[in-house]
Amino acid sequence: MSERPREFARLAELSGRRNVSRRSFIKGVIATGVSVSAISWFAAPAAAPRQGGARGSVGRLVTLQVNGRTRRVDVLPQETLAMTLRYKLGLTGTKLGCDRAECGACTVMIDGVAHYSCSTLTHRVRDREITTVEGLEGPGGELHPVQSAFIEELGPQCGFCTPGQVMAAAALLRANPDPTREEARRAMSGNLCRCGAYDHYLNGVMRAARTGSTAVTEVSHA
Amino acid sequence: MMNDMMTHFDLLQPADLDSALDMLSRHGADAWPLAGGYDSFDWFKNRGKQPGVVIDLEGVEELRGVREGGDGITIGSMTTLAAVEGHPLIRSRYSLLAAASAQVASPQIRNAGTIGGNVCQDTRCWYYRYGMTCYRAGGNTCYAGARGAMNREHAIFGADRCVAVTPSDVAPALVALDAEMIVRSAGRDRVVPAAEFFMQPSVDITRMTVLEPDELLTAIRIPGRWAGADFHFEKVADRKTWDFALVSVAAAMRDIGGVIEDARIVAGAVQCIPRRLTAVEDGVRGRPRNQETAEMAGELAVRGADALDYNHFKIPLLRNLVKRAVRGA
Repeated sequence: MSERPREFARLAELSGRRNVSRRSFIKGVIATGVSVSAISWFAAPAAAPRQGGARGSVGRLVTLQVNGRTRRVDVLPQETLAMTLRYKLGLTGTKLGCDRAECGACTVMIDGVAHYSCSTLTHRVRDREITTVEGLEGPGGELHPVQSAFIEELGPQCGFCTPGQVMAAAALLRANPDPTREEARRAMSGNLCRCGAYDHYLNGVMRAARTGSTAVTEVSHA
Repeated sequence: MMNDMMTHFDLLQPADLDSALDMLSRHGADAWPLAGGYDSFDWFKNRGKQPGVVIDLEGVEELRGVREGGDGITIGSMTTLAAVEGHPLIRSRYSLLAAASAQVASPQIRNAGTIGGNVCQDTRCWYYRYGMTCYRAGGNTCYAGARGAMNREHAIFGADRCVAVTPSDVAPALVALDAEMIVRSAGRDRVVPAAEFFMQPSVDITRMTVLEPDELLTAIRIPGRWAGADFHFEKVADRKTWDFALVSVAAAMRDIGGVIEDARIVAGAVQCIPRRLTAVEDGVRGRPRNQETAEMAGELAVRGADALDYNHFKIPLLRNLVKRAVRGA
């Protein structure tokens, strides 16, 4: 919050120095004041201006497609997707382990492909479909086949790495519904598990593939 | 966790190459071109580098994709490593490069990390990465080369004050394939052979490539010369995933009736630049591809190697990897 006076000053300076419309100035001020700006009544144009801020930098109010929903959110230029998901959108299923792309706990799907959200700028994924572990839930609240299989195979122990493991496995089965054990091992190799339950997770992936779960419910929120 | 936020930078997202180059020349040394981000964000999060302006190349479509042309292929610098690894043409004709790309880091990193970023990344010497004011950082000492320093991962060749090594898995493969690096700035285009793209510390100790601050690596051209040759890529690291190579070897060879006609053999992680083993190449040319030639190649490969306190093991490791490459594993 101590940031706020400085941000105001910057916006004021901006409005004086540049040809910023009254509308975008007010939008900016609102953006500074709210942390979660996914407010449905905030009637705004579909996309944030691509280069709205200082010296042509990105604008702060952006629209994201998360788990099939459109979310409006105030994002800093240097903000990572993991930060936005957890601290702005309340999607704390995505974990932050190392924040250095070295553990995999933050794995999410971007356009169906596994990525580390700790090392993805939120501003990069404005036009992409983001799926977090919360988005794997079926229409009736049922678990994703990978989640069921992980439970069956006793994958999670402490559970901290589990959402990342689930996302890596779901992304694999989306691209390759019938992987060999070696292919699955390779696809899961970007996710650490301090409890060492790697074989259990791997059994889970193979079980999920076997149960023919691949035409899954996942990402079918439309 | 919030203290792991990167410090503020302005984020520019050019939609085409000309705008990107223009931004780069306008902001000069304050600008940082961003590819996959897996080198950049480490620097930013650790406060090792704090550029005022980051130029995100993600939206520059011209930098992406693999094109066939002339007698070879051209790979845009923003093509992801996963796309390189999976590209049918690369898999069938330049499988060396596909194999090297497949060995980089982890699946998630290959899904976002780019071939251009991989070859342009900074060295991983941890003294340097953790902000010590070593020669490379503009200071006047090398911490990794000192007695008793943690230098298990460092150079056994070509150290000149700095003992850091090239971290790239892809770079040795590109040198072995006689690739050409297409470099552009706002006012200038140039083509640099891959073997000359990487910077020796004796020439400029503060950078890893010949790129000037206003230049971008836009594409990598691979000529047809080695298409479909006999390839061998091997990387040894402490872990199969994530880790940088302790030693890697990329080899391209052509033989006629079992006699080696020509070869390119390049080692990674033994020197600051990918080390082309020309002595080995010359030694094996015209000889039968057998155990005896392989033994000789291994000896030639390590001639002149100079170990630090904790990296002696790299000498037999390099010898064996070269032996395996020449023998055909």
